[in-house]
Amino acid sequence: MSEKLTVHDPRGYPPKVTGKRLAPRLQSLDGKVVYLVDCLFDNSAVFMEELRQWIAENLPNVETPIITPSRSWADDPEMRAKVAAGGDAAILGVGL
Amino acid sequence: MSLEESGIPTVAVHTDIFARLAKSVALANGMPTTRQAFVPQPVVDRSAAQLRAYIEDTDPLTGRPFMQELIEGLSSPLNDNDLKGLSFERSTPRLLGPDSEDNLQNLFIENNWTDNLPIVMPTEERVARMLEGTSHAPDEVVGRLRPTAFREFWEFTVEKVAVNAVMAGARPEYLPVILALAASGQTARSSSTTSFAVISVVNGPIRGEIGMGDGIGAMGPFNHANATIGRAYNLLSQNLQGGSVPGDTYMGSLGNWYNYSATFAEAEERSPWQPFHVQHGFEPGDSTASVFFGGRYTIAGFGPRETWAEQFRRALAACQHNLAPMLVMDPIVARGFVDLGFDTKEKLIDWCAENARLPAREYWDDQWVQTLQRPLAVAGVEPHASRLAAAPDELVKMFEPHEISIVVAGGETQGAWKMIAGRHVENGTVSVDAWR
Repeated sequence: MSEKLTVHDPRGYPPKVTGKRLAPRLQSLDGKVVYLVDCLFDNSAVFMEELRQWIAENLPNVETPIITPSRSWADDPEMRAKVAAGGDAAILGVGL
Repeated sequence: MSLEESGIPTVAVHTDIFARLAKSVALANGMPTTRQAFVPQPVVDRSAAQLRAYIEDTDPLTGRPFMQELIEGLSSPLNDNDLKGLSFERSTPRLLGPDSEDNLQNLFIENNWTDNLPIVMPTEERVARMLEGTSHAPDEVVGRLRPTAFREFWEFTVEKVAVNAVMAGARPEYLPVILALAASGQTARSSSTTSFAVISVVNGPIRGEIGMGDGIGAMGPFNHANATIGRAYNLLSQNLQGGSVPGDTYMGSLGNWYNYSATFAEAEERSPWQPFHVQHGFEPGDSTASVFFGGRYTIAGFGPRETWAEQFRRALAACQHNLAPMLVMDPIVARGFVDLGFDTKEKLIDWCAENARLPAREYWDDQWVQTLQRPLAVAGVEPHASRLAAAPDELVKMFEPHEISIVVAGGETQGAWKMIAGRHVENGTVSVDAWR
């Protein structure tokens, strides 16, 4: 019978996860401002423009300004503040 | 998710290959029911008509219309889980077992804690012996790592680094170098789709003290310290950052052989130039480890001969222009460049930066240049703005001098050089002496 070994766990220490609640949903998109956040990945601008056009054709009462962060891979508090101040909802894309 | 916290209902659109990753990031952020919608991979290189078809088609994960997912994601009522989020503690035990070595080897492989080669079992005795390689307390926090910028940091101690060093087959005297690499803050296991690796270079007296290789085969599996330090850096990166698991915490499309082990020493005594660490503010008697983020391409050549400039221009133009090269040169090559008048590394680096050029249209026709550099160029940040303003056929510079590095190593059996994707990480030369 082979010897039994006790060994160290090789993993690091994960942070505690603190739950966060989702924002209240809209009753309807009608008459609302939905920001389309172009995350600046290559070709995401083309995707967002197609999305804007689809919404304009099918949900004409929804306003969909396209907005971009100042740079890729970085949080942009100024952009977030603008969306929070002037928008009712947001669609982000196309991210990983 | 920050927008949700600001009271803005949000849906994030991802491509389907990233579904598992997107959901695990949402969970780790305490918002597991974040609304997400998916389109097929890829979005890059698809035409407007093809992207329109994605929008009008179904979400490949749910099979429901993509636009229905978006609209309901913003307007369907929330349930109890949405309102409370999910808080939880995750802990990892200090010890595992007891069990047979075979079962433990399988356990480590099944949990993706290895590089799929056999490991040395990190028994309490072996880890205690490894810890004799440093004066630092086992419970001292060394640092934090994460696979990519949008994921959470995991924290780790000296003991955890020692555990991974044992697994890699390292000796206690190597531990200060391994701790320095761990403390650099640079993971050797980026989850990027582009399959990064990290090449690390050791300078100073520690090289001789632990018998590192800077001669024949310096970049191959021919030196125990090089091989196991590099392996330890990769193992500790994957295990201490929360994983390097394909589809979740690793997304490199092709993968990278440098992820097994990629550490060597600079041949300071045989180099005609200043050692790398001295170039970066350390004293010759200091011992350091330097980390270079890249590893995606390797171009090789020999010389310098009569047409070296043409050869170098071709090689530099073949480098990915979003990731500058580190040049690794055999001492024969380095001395050859001194004979040509390049009596410092900086002079040759300046020549490379001046002569590494591409037509502007080629420079900008790149996924990552579009993603990372174009927003800066549009914002007027130099040198990106000037490159964007260039005419399509104008030759624009690919790199700035500070992005290019030169390291001397090799056994002088051949005048060989390599250009390897390797951006010297900011503050990426760290003291080994601090971890003795």
